[in-house]
Amino acid sequence: MSTALSQKLDAVSGNASGGHRVNPGELDLSHKVILYLDGISVSFDGFKALNDLSLTIDAGELRAIIGPNGAGKTTMMDVITGKTRPDSGTAFFGQSLDLTRMNEPEIAHAGIGRKFQKPTIFEQLTVFENLELAMKTDKRVWKSLFAQLASDERDRVADTLQRIRLVDEADRLAGLLSHGQKQWLEIGMLLMQEPRLLLLDEPVAGMTDEETERTAELFVSLAGKHSLVVVEHDMAFVEALGGKVTVLHEGAVLAEGDLATVQNDARVIEVYLGR
Amino acid sequence: MRTPLSVRMFQSLPRTAWLALAIFAAIAWIAIPAAHLLLPESSPFHVSAYTVTLLGKILCYAVVAVAMDLIWGYAGILSLGHGVFFALGGYAFGMYLMRQIGTDGSYGVALPDFMVFLDWKALPWFWVGSDSFLWALIMVVAVPGLLAFVFGWFAFRSRIKGVYFSIITQALTYATMLLFFRNETGFGGNNGFTDFKRILGYDITSPQMRLVLFGLSAALLIAVLILGRYLVTSKFGRVLAAIRDAESRVRFIGYQPTQYKLAIWTLSAVLCALAGALYVPQVGIINPSEMSPANSIEIAVWVAVGGRGTLIGGVIGAFIVNLAKSFFTVSFPDYWLFFLGFLFIGVTLFLPDGVVGLWRKLRGKRAIEDTDTPTETPADAKGASA
Repeated sequence: MSTALSQKLDAVSGNASGGHRVNPGELDLSHKVILYLDGISVSFDGFKALNDLSLTIDAGELRAIIGPNGAGKTTMMDVITGKTRPDSGTAFFGQSLDLTRMNEPEIAHAGIGRKFQKPTIFEQLTVFENLELAMKTDKRVWKSLFAQLASDERDRVADTLQRIRLVDEADRLAGLLSHGQKQWLEIGMLLMQEPRLLLLDEPVAGMTDEETERTAELFVSLAGKHSLVVVEHDMAFVEALGGKVTVLHEGAVLAEGDLATVQNDARVIEVYLGR
Repeated sequence: MRTPLSVRMFQSLPRTAWLALAIFAAIAWIAIPAAHLLLPESSPFHVSAYTVTLLGKILCYAVVAVAMDLIWGYAGILSLGHGVFFALGGYAFGMYLMRQIGTDGSYGVALPDFMVFLDWKALPWFWVGSDSFLWALIMVVAVPGLLAFVFGWFAFRSRIKGVYFSIITQALTYATMLLFFRNETGFGGNNGFTDFKRILGYDITSPQMRLVLFGLSAALLIAVLILGRYLVTSKFGRVLAAIRDAESRVRFIGYQPTQYKLAIWTLSAVLCALAGALYVPQVGIINPSEMSPANSIEIAVWVAVGGRGTLIGGVIGAFIVNLAKSFFTVSFPDYWLFFLGFLFIGVTLFLPDGVVGLWRKLRGKRAIEDTDTPTETPADAKGASA
C-alpha cells in the first residue's frame, strides 16, 4: 500500500510540466513550490512570535534558516506541522494542501517530517524499532495489531541504519545512544517516513565536528529528491549546506539570499552585532 | 510469506512461559478439582470450599491486574477507576443471576426481592432480556465497553494525561458508586444483588459449579496473559510504548495516539468486566462498594507490587496482596489498611520494579522492560525460511 501511494506521488510530480489534475489530499507540485507561507502571524499573550511572515520553499530546495533567539524559527515549524494554529495567514503544502486545516498526523502523512531541537526518540525501544515505527506505512490501529515486517521493509530499515551509521547499534535501546547518535537516529526516523519536506530544528547541536560534517553531506545528498528546511546557528554548517539562507528577525523575514550576501547585509549585521 | 496469527501468538511467549501456563492449567483444572471432590476432608491435601472460592476470587483479581498493567505499564495511563468496569461487569451478570432466583425469593414472586420491597410492579425497561444468559454475556461486555469507549474518547481527544486523567477516573468510579447506591437506580441500592440460587438452572452452591467457575477464571487468566503478551510484543504494543515515551513524536510520525489509547483502554475495561462477571457468582454478592475509590487504588497497588510492564507481575501482585489481605482481615482486621499503606510506600521506595523487577535483578538481568526484543529474534530466523 505504501508503494501505491509513493507511485501516485511520483505521478503527480512527474505530471508537473503537462496539464495537471489536482486530487484532493495529494501533494501538487505543479508550480515547483513545495511550501507557501503567506502573511502568517502568531501571538502568545500579546507577544508576536510570528509577524506577517511570508516564505516560499521550492521543491527539492535545501534552505537554511538563521536568526537570533526568539526570531520565530521554532514557532514557524510549529505552524507548518500543525502544532500551532496561526492567528492569520495561509500555509500551503504544494498547491492544494491547506496546512492550517490539518492535524499533526495528517500533515505527517501528507509528507512533512520534523526533527525537534531536542532529540525526541523512543528511549525504551531499540534503534531498529524506532526506525520500524517511523516507516511509511498504514499507521492505523487495526493494521498495527497484525503488522509483520516484510523482507523489503526490513531492507529499508537496514539501508537507513547504514545511512545514519548505526548498524552496530540496531538492537541497543535508543536511550543508551550518545547525543549525536540520537540526533542521527531522529534524522533516520525522518527518512523512514519518506517525507517530501523535512524540517530540521538545529540538527547538529551537540555533534562533534566530524558528525556535523557528515550530516551536512547527508543533507546535501538528500536535496533534490526531498526539500529541506534547516534551522541552525552553526555558520560553518550553514556554509557547508551551500543553499539559500533566510534570516528571520522578530517573526518576519529580514533578508534572503546566499550566505555571503546575507552576511554582508547591513540590517543582518545590525541584528546580530548591533545594540 | 506471512506467518499465521496463531503461530505468532504462540511465538510471542517464550518456552518457559508456556511451560508455566501448562503447569498452572494442570493445577487449576485437574489437581485442585480432584483435591476438592475426591479427597476426604480429613486428608491434609483436601482443598476446602473456602479455599477454592478464595483462589477463584483472586484469579479474577489477577485478570484485572493484567488488564491494568496493559494500560498503566505499557501505555503509561494510570487509571484509578478500573473498579467501575469490574463492578459493571459483575452487575450485568448479577442481573441474570437475580432473574435465575425466579420465585424462590423471600416474597415468592418473579420480581427480584428489592423491587418488591420498593413496591415496583414490573421490571424496569433496562432489565428487559436479563433472564437470557446470552443477553447477560453481551451486556457484560457491551455496557462497560461502551462506558470506557465514550469516557476514553472525550478524555484522550482532549489530551488529558497523567495525574489529571487518574483523578477523573476516580471521579468516574465514585460518581457511579453514588448512582448505584440510590434505590431508584434499579440495581438494589446499597445491598446490591445477593442470594443467588442458580446459573443456567444448575445450583450455584454445588461443588461442581464452584469448580466450573474456578476453572473458567483460570481459563480467562490464561487467555488474557496470552492475548496481553501478543499485544505488547506486536507493533501495536511498540506504538503504545512509544506513546508512553514521547507522544508528540508519535504524532509527528503519523500515528493517531488517541486511537491507540482508546483501543487499549477499552480492551482493558472489557477484560475487567469479564473478570467481574466471573467474580460475582463466586463470592455471591455485588454491591456499590466494589466501586469505591479505594478498591480501584488497590488494583494499582497489586500491579505496583508485582512489577509494572511485565504482565505476570500483576498476577503475582494480586496474589501477594490478596492472600495477605485475607490473612490480615481474619487475624488483625484493624491493621489491614496500615499494612496496605506501608506495602505501597515500601514498594515505591525500595522496589520500583516490583517483585518481578527484584527477581530479575537477582538473576542479573537488566531490570528494564522485556517488552520488545523477543519478537526480533524468532522473526529474523523465520524471515529467511518463509
